[in-house]
Amino acid sequence: MATYKTSDFKGGLKFMLDNEPCSIIEHDHVKPGKGQAFHRVKVRRLVSGKMLEKTFKSGETVEAADVMEIELAYLYNDGEYFHFMNNESFEQVEADVKAVGDTAKWLVEQDICVITTWNDNPIAVTPPNFVELEVVETDPGLKGDTQGTGGKPATLTTGAVVRVPLFIQIGEVVKVDTRTGEYVGRVK
Amino acid sequence: MSEFNWQPSASFTALRARANVLNVIREFFAQRDVLEVDTPALSQAAVTDVHLAAFSTLFVGPGYSQGLPLYLQTSPEFHMKRLLAAGSGCIYQMSKSFRNEEAGRHHNPEFTMLEWYRIGFDHFQLMDEMSELLTLVLGSGKEQRFTYQNAFKQFLQLDPLTASMDELRQAAKPYGVYDVLEHEPDRDTILQLLFYVGVESQIGQDVPCFIYDFPASQAALARISHKDERVAERFEVYFKGIELANGFHELADAPEQLRRFKADNDKRKTMDLPEQPIDYHLIDALTAGFPDCAGVALGIDRLVMLATDANSLDEVIAFPTPRA
Repeated sequence: MATYKTSDFKGGLKFMLDNEPCSIIEHDHVKPGKGQAFHRVKVRRLVSGKMLEKTFKSGETVEAADVMEIELAYLYNDGEYFHFMNNESFEQVEADVKAVGDTAKWLVEQDICVITTWNDNPIAVTPPNFVELEVVETDPGLKGDTQGTGGKPATLTTGAVVRVPLFIQIGEVVKVDTRTGEYVGRVK
Repeated sequence: MSEFNWQPSASFTALRARANVLNVIREFFAQRDVLEVDTPALSQAAVTDVHLAAFSTLFVGPGYSQGLPLYLQTSPEFHMKRLLAAGSGCIYQMSKSFRNEEAGRHHNPEFTMLEWYRIGFDHFQLMDEMSELLTLVLGSGKEQRFTYQNAFKQFLQLDPLTASMDELRQAAKPYGVYDVLEHEPDRDTILQLLFYVGVESQIGQDVPCFIYDFPASQAALARISHKDERVAERFEVYFKGIELANGFHELADAPEQLRRFKADNDKRKTMDLPEQPIDYHLIDALTAGFPDCAGVALGIDRLVMLATDANSLDEVIAFPTPRA
């Protein structure tokens, strides 16, 4: 079983905490009162997505998590599983609703997503930073408004709802930043 | 490593502020007739403290064909105390100190330390002088002061000198650090982490905070108080989440100093740490006669962080170790 020492800690290191893989977001070395050194880490649990802070005594060891990140193209959703494919080996991977979570609303066929696996099972899906989706529902809005004062909600093909400028009409394709859920521009 | 790592991590604005802080400090001590000294970075002896790791190297040259082990100093304290015993009078030094195994937002393996000693001062008088220096460099207001005991009582509702080990561990629960202390046998380690999570974040946010009269078990090189043998005449300075300085009414008792060094080495053996060569020059100096004095060490890089509102040492050190 591979282990890491506290001196191996760095951003992105993945290790097991309470039987769940987690990834280090931030870490710092502290030595309160010139005594024993500790490592304070902020981690994200990779299955639940929860963030938490944790303190280790310097020199402690943790169990490495068998976590991999692979790039796969999104194929389709059969109602139970989301199917992805490695475009080089054509190997297919299926991720369940729990692993996909809120990301489902950003999945566009053929887009390359990052699938996080733990012991070879998908536990999380990260969409591309930008996706292009068609507007299927929105208020007609005012013609001539170009700056979008406040904007209006628009529903996209995947069910995602984003605020768009008033001039955007049903049937148009918009570019959205998946990290913030914000409208970036109109795709012509 | 990025292709930009040849460049300094600190801005020139920060480096100018740093130079200015050094000038202000030199002027401060010149006005008080405190002598600037320069002592070795390499010594044949090393600190015994179990929580300090010294870098070591080997001198090979005339007279030392087999090699002479040398240790980079973790602080200039031992050499400066030999100067004091030899009759230097009040002295200060700004120099590099070196500590292995330390790196982080507030730690770099090599750093600049200001250390000064005042003959005839106790730790209270030295705290007064520290206050003047901080006001001058940082423009900070009048500091808060708490004894270690009162700080615990106020912020953790706990007496650090009398609480049971179990009470101390229970107090860690609200701070999410119970698990790391659950099986911790060392009382001081528990106290130190409790102080960090429960006290440090509550003190010294607007003005510096001086904590004094540490538990005798954390005396390091400070005297035990005559008034209360449970505490040592040691103080620390905290400001905006940074541990800035550590001072002592200096231990002048040679046999007691030797006993503490040996006790450290005994503890090192139980922890599988290398025993360190005791500085017998220091013991001899104390035996010859050591003036009543107080001394303090202050991290210059951390002081510059505070002077420039920096978040990490990288912003005030030209080339931190990853770029060195």
